[in-house]
Amino acid sequence: MSPPAIIARELTKRYGDVEAVRGVSFEVERGEIVGFLGPNGAGKTTTVRMLSCFLPPTSGTASIHELDVCEQPRDVKRIIGVCPQEDNLDPDFHVMKNLLVYGRYFALPRRVVRDRALELLAFVALSDKAHAPIQSLSGGMKRRLVLARALLNEPRVLMLDEPTTGLDPQARHAIWTRIRGLRSHGTTVLLTTHYMEEASQLCDRVVVMDGGRILLEGAPSTLVDREVGRTVVEAWNYEEQLPQYLRSLPGRLEEVGDRLYFYPEEGDHVERLLDQRFPTQDRLIRRATLEDVFLKLTGRALRD
Amino acid sequence: MNALRAILRNVSLRSFRVWQRDLDVYLTNWKTEFLPPLSEPILYVVAFGFGLGSLIHRVQYEGRELTYLRFMAPGIVAVAIMFWSYFETTYSSFVRMYYQRTFDAILATPLLVEDVILGELLWGTTKAVIASTIMLGVLSVLGLVAWPSGLWVIPISILAGVLFSAVGLIVTAVTKNISSFNLPMFLMIMPMFMFSGTFFPVDILPKWALAIAWCLPLTHVSFLVRAAVLGWPSGFAVVSVLYVAVFAVGLSALALHLMKRRLIQ
Repeated sequence: MSPPAIIARELTKRYGDVEAVRGVSFEVERGEIVGFLGPNGAGKTTTVRMLSCFLPPTSGTASIHELDVCEQPRDVKRIIGVCPQEDNLDPDFHVMKNLLVYGRYFALPRRVVRDRALELLAFVALSDKAHAPIQSLSGGMKRRLVLARALLNEPRVLMLDEPTTGLDPQARHAIWTRIRGLRSHGTTVLLTTHYMEEASQLCDRVVVMDGGRILLEGAPSTLVDREVGRTVVEAWNYEEQLPQYLRSLPGRLEEVGDRLYFYPEEGDHVERLLDQRFPTQDRLIRRATLEDVFLKLTGRALRD
Repeated sequence: MNALRAILRNVSLRSFRVWQRDLDVYLTNWKTEFLPPLSEPILYVVAFGFGLGSLIHRVQYEGRELTYLRFMAPGIVAVAIMFWSYFETTYSSFVRMYYQRTFDAILATPLLVEDVILGELLWGTTKAVIASTIMLGVLSVLGLVAWPSGLWVIPISILAGVLFSAVGLIVTAVTKNISSFNLPMFLMIMPMFMFSGTFFPVDILPKWALAIAWCLPLTHVSFLVRAAVLGWPSGFAVVSVLYVAVFAVGLSALALHLMKRRLIQ
């Protein structure tokens, strides 16, 4: 088996007294899609920026395809594609020219870049926008173009920092489809996201970060089963007896504002039990999701 | 020495790609880009040469007498070299760095910060060379340039272009927002513009001011440009060339150092 695509060992980034990333270690296998989840300030973006040679780590090491990110930045950057959080398309050029100029930075032959650019514009459904100015593109189009640009050097590892933040559902699904399409090429993808649905839809494995550390990692479905179980009961407008009753059942109860969240250990009987004891109670019994895992691990307090 | 070696290790021919990017933008807008350096000398010649010149008539310079118009013409070329490179690496580079995030985009490719900064430096220099060449042409048409010595203006503008581009990048590296550019503009660039032998010979200044004037890079640049444009060679040119060359290299290294600090946190 070939060595992992990404290896990080005790990666740390400190700004003065603030430790943005505190010694994270992980590996990403070749061809794997891994999502980094975490509230704002968790250290996801800083980690990605260290892996893509933007930021020198304060300590620790990282390598991409066995190339050290500190010692061989040019070689690392030749084989990775980067989709930054903020769009940084070149507003001085139209769509096609953005790709042509970007290809020059990789010292790719002009004809190769042109062919790939046409292919990629078709891939992200922007062929008819080839000569449109950047300013005329919608948010979703810009995001797709950034993705196309990141693929121009046929990267072996793609790093996407919040690829769909701020996009409408259509644009988001369009991006997801394309990321999934890359899997068949064997491209390794590391992405950060706030959207649990995005992580569940795309990722073979998720890594949950908070406060600069990795809290947990695993396949989305495994994590959900292991951390919160299968079922969640949400209840509102409830009588005083309901929390008391739920506490008597095996499981975990959480009161948030005027809402109850109950994570039963045995999900199968909860619905029947509730129907018997509280037949008129406003409630929702649903499958547990990654979002429940996330909130359990990182709490409900607001971050900024 | 170690710092310099570290810089040189990371500098590569790829910086040419950054220069090429800026050139491509320039060529896209060439009609608007060409006009200012074309009209600028005409404006100066009319205002200062014909206007002010009709009051002053003759100027003593380097032990010889000449018309004010002939004296002033090389001064505006020197000023153009400073302005075009300095403005490119302050306002324009800042827009690319801060608003457009062009540097970030480039840094995701095999280029390093050193390449980006060197590319910007070369582009600022190119703007100075383009402007001084166009102005040289216009002043030639007006019969104000001695040939072939006037051609020396081009190598001078390369050297001086690097110097003022580096000054601009240093300012950009330490500037938080675009309105802060006013400060170095009024404290550094405008005084140089006025007191560097551009519009009057520096030797008519009081001794203390004269000493300060010769510390300013633009004084040396306008001295060199004037020697070339008038075709009056001078032994002191060696000192001025050395001054400009040493400052060009030193300030470029400083610009790179500060820009690295700004871009890599």
